[in-house]
Amino acid sequence: MTELTCIVCPVGCRLKVDEENGYAVKGNTCKRGEVYGKNELQNPTRVLTTTVAIEGGTHGRCPVRTNGAIPKSKIFEAMDVLKKLRLTAPVRCGEVVLKNILGTGIDVIATRDM
Amino acid sequence: MYELAVIGGGPAGLAAAFSAYQNGLKKIVIVERDRELGGILNQCIHNGFGLHRFKEELSGPEYAHRYIEMLNDTSVEVKLDTMVIEITPDKKIYTTNPSGYEMIEAESIVLAMGCRERTRGAISIPGTRPSGVFTAGAAQRYLNMEGLMAGSRVVILGSGDIGLIMARRMTLEGAKVLACVELMPYSGGLNRNIVQCLHDYNIPLYLSHTVTEIRGTKRLEGITVAKVDENRRPIPGTEMNFECDTLLLSVGLIPENELTRAAGIDMDARTNGSRVYENMETSIGGVFACGNAVHVHDLVDYVSDESARAGAAAAEYVKGVRHKSDCALFENGYAVTYTVPQKLHKDTKAEKIDLFFRVNKVFGKSRIIVSSGDKEIAGFKRQFMVPGEMQHIILPVDKLREFDSIKISAEGEEK
Amino acid sequence: MECGKMYDVSIIGCGITGSAIAYELSKRKLKCVVIEKENDVAMGATRANSAIIHAGYDPAEGTLMAKLNVRGAELCKELCEKLSVPYAQIGSLVLAFNNEEIQTVNMLYKRGVANGVKGLKILSYEETKAIEPNISKDVTASLYAPTAAVVNPWEYAVALAETAVVNGVEIILNSEVTGIRKSGDAFEITAGNKTIKTKYVINAAGVNADEVHDMALPHSFNIIPNKGAYYLLDKTEGKRVSHVVFQCPTKAGKGVLVAPTVHGNLIVGPNAIDSDLNDTSAKDTDLSFIRGTAVKSIPSVDFRANIRNFSGIRPNSDRDDFIIEANGGFFDVAGIKSPGLASAPGIAEYTVRLMEENGAYFELKENFINTREHVRFNTMSHEERAELVKKNPLYGRVICRCETVTEGEIIDAIHAPIPARTVDGVKRRCAAGLGRCQGGFCGPRVLEILARELKVPRESIEKDRAGSYIVRRRED
Repeated sequence: MTELTCIVCPVGCRLKVDEENGYAVKGNTCKRGEVYGKNELQNPTRVLTTTVAIEGGTHGRCPVRTNGAIPKSKIFEAMDVLKKLRLTAPVRCGEVVLKNILGTGIDVIATRDM
Repeated sequence: MYELAVIGGGPAGLAAAFSAYQNGLKKIVIVERDRELGGILNQCIHNGFGLHRFKEELSGPEYAHRYIEMLNDTSVEVKLDTMVIEITPDKKIYTTNPSGYEMIEAESIVLAMGCRERTRGAISIPGTRPSGVFTAGAAQRYLNMEGLMAGSRVVILGSGDIGLIMARRMTLEGAKVLACVELMPYSGGLNRNIVQCLHDYNIPLYLSHTVTEIRGTKRLEGITVAKVDENRRPIPGTEMNFECDTLLLSVGLIPENELTRAAGIDMDARTNGSRVYENMETSIGGVFACGNAVHVHDLVDYVSDESARAGAAAAEYVKGVRHKSDCALFENGYAVTYTVPQKLHKDTKAEKIDLFFRVNKVFGKSRIIVSSGDKEIAGFKRQFMVPGEMQHIILPVDKLREFDSIKISAEGEEK
Repeated sequence: MECGKMYDVSIIGCGITGSAIAYELSKRKLKCVVIEKENDVAMGATRANSAIIHAGYDPAEGTLMAKLNVRGAELCKELCEKLSVPYAQIGSLVLAFNNEEIQTVNMLYKRGVANGVKGLKILSYEETKAIEPNISKDVTASLYAPTAAVVNPWEYAVALAETAVVNGVEIILNSEVTGIRKSGDAFEITAGNKTIKTKYVINAAGVNADEVHDMALPHSFNIIPNKGAYYLLDKTEGKRVSHVVFQCPTKAGKGVLVAPTVHGNLIVGPNAIDSDLNDTSAKDTDLSFIRGTAVKSIPSVDFRANIRNFSGIRPNSDRDDFIIEANGGFFDVAGIKSPGLASAPGIAEYTVRLMEENGAYFELKENFINTREHVRFNTMSHEERAELVKKNPLYGRVICRCETVTEGEIIDAIHAPIPARTVDGVKRRCAAGLGRCQGGFCGPRVLEILARELKVPRESIEKDRAGSYIVRRRED
């Protein structure tokens, strides 16, 4: 049995996950919490948010995020990939700036117009 | 002459303006001091916004973008790069920008100036005054908007959400975050942020600790951290030294209300915001306030809700709705630090009101009690309550009207 | 610098004393240079003090301090008007709490009268309370000195030094004096990587004045650095008092005062403890002493409104008076402890006279420029602001929201005769970043403007002293 704090929303439910029993989750108050509890002990994932360099924008950096969670173990590798990325204005909020990062099937999207 | 002038184009101002427009106002202006709309959301590039409001998890800029898009299809006018210098009680607004210094007049005003960060001075950290001591928000702006790093070996004082988010952000950008230090015996931030910002990156959290010395004459060279006793005084002999070039302060937010005070609006010494009625009206009729300028919120979603109410109320005011002076006052009972609103117009047409407050103790199983004298008006059960999380209850107005004074208190298992 | 150029006068140190002497000398036909080890002027005792122009009742009769304080305070008022320096003659009170202190107040009154201080009065508790309502009920009497004033010490020094520069004085920054050699009738000063030849040397080196003296002459005095810490409270506390409120002086100094500043804040401090030359830290013990002492005068001071603590070092010496002496062509202007800020123009006048008595006589110029313009958006009327913005749009953009400082004023500071090169340099000249958010909001904008105006990358901009970098470029 492992105790976890759920991170899918600000409520922060305290979960109990039973590894011996098919990763059964207790303490969650929503379906997403159950999914989180199961994943967190088997294949933890996170949404990555950061910025990438942009030419010709109102600022030198454009905020981006992965449009889904990627394996936690690949976060720093993903940062290295994004550090090399160069965007050129204009970009639109929601536009994919990098497809399928590190073969995860997850895209990186811009999170504002610039 | 505008029907409504909204002071501030952050999340509060955007939501207030949009709501006023939806409620029928056409001549609305937003006055924003920065060069773009969105306020602090522009630098909050992390996700976690919008779960209540949009039922999805957005980053700060995305959340702002939604509102900016909504406003694009309206007649709301926006003055960017424009500072409000003074607001008079008769609703004259003096503004300045490079195209001119001018006075604008409005039938109603929504104050949505947001808040600022507490600084080193506010907590009087002893020591020298080198560079490298930043408020977390300033470091966040440098990093997320300008691509500049505050430093490479970092200690964070304060475990509020901004501090926690910056611990992760600086780590992702290659800095070594040595510790997060919190004066109180509990964190001021959301539990999810402790997990995903500190635990994920093995950053230690020192509860009941504080920074007792800052060293370095040019750039920060190091700090001393000590454990504190129950009176929050450092305990001699518990000192730890950290060699670091950067100290980020996440030690609280203060509503920005210099304009409000100068206009002579009644203030609440506990929130540092204006005292407001249930419709977010201040002590000056037709002047409303919302968002972090009224009280510091945990979630932008709540700011949007509250500001939408302020915008709708401004629209009512412009349409000629006036309230009688008869009102009920909300009082802070046991373990309650403040309430917003502080006042209720007894003649409000609203059936229910939203009431927000914070507790100053950590509770397990507990109850929120709404009472007047010996009479209990309503009660709400909670599994836990912590000072870091704002409490929200909805009260039926019919049950409140007969009272002049209504007390909000907490009781239960204290931790 | 021209090779082999010979200066008439070299001033070592550009604090308030060096600045005032440079200003006084710049009225004359001569070649003068000021050598400063820091990257800006006013970086020693001038940058961290009570910012008070004392009336002149403290120093003992017959001392240089007594004479120059009274004269300096008189000149300060005129200078601040001419050179556009924030100054307010708000008067001071010395509070007595018991019979012994009433005797001290009486003594200060007599001393003040002997020193030539005008308008002194002894007030009863009721009379004191009438003009300063927040004083403690334990006050029994007070000495009222209407000529005491508050000033912005940074701008005061900058204005004097800038006027000197406008009138031909050179300033060399970032150059610490490491050697002074007598060569014939002249001196050779080694400062940084430069050698400066000069006929006369003025030692205005503040806490380092004893070391500088010893480079040229046999040892004669010691500087005893003495530290004082302060609180600076937000403007919500700025009207807590309307005069400079002192307690009775002791051997340690004038004690903890409570006073409004020219910017509308409240300053509370200092304590007095012997310290290292460069130790400008404020310790917890310093701060708790100040809080505990200040509330004896004004019990209602709300320290939760604190926006900044800082400490300054007083260049006290092992003598009881200012040390202003001629030794051949070498002039010491040392041990300029309190009331040094108040005395500065008096000290400058006296020093120049001493130089003349010792053969260093220079004729006055006909075309001395004795004015200085300084745009201050914050203190203007609505109409004046509208006019100003019409003339120059940059005065319409507010960068520092706490002190309402515009981009135009920041650019003025960066392109001034002694240009601001650091974020704190900008603050000292135009108050951007001085207020309640302490540069949290405007810091990044000021940095951006500095980098743009100086055409350098942002990461090369420093906060304050050389080496106090603010940000680093990301690695990618």
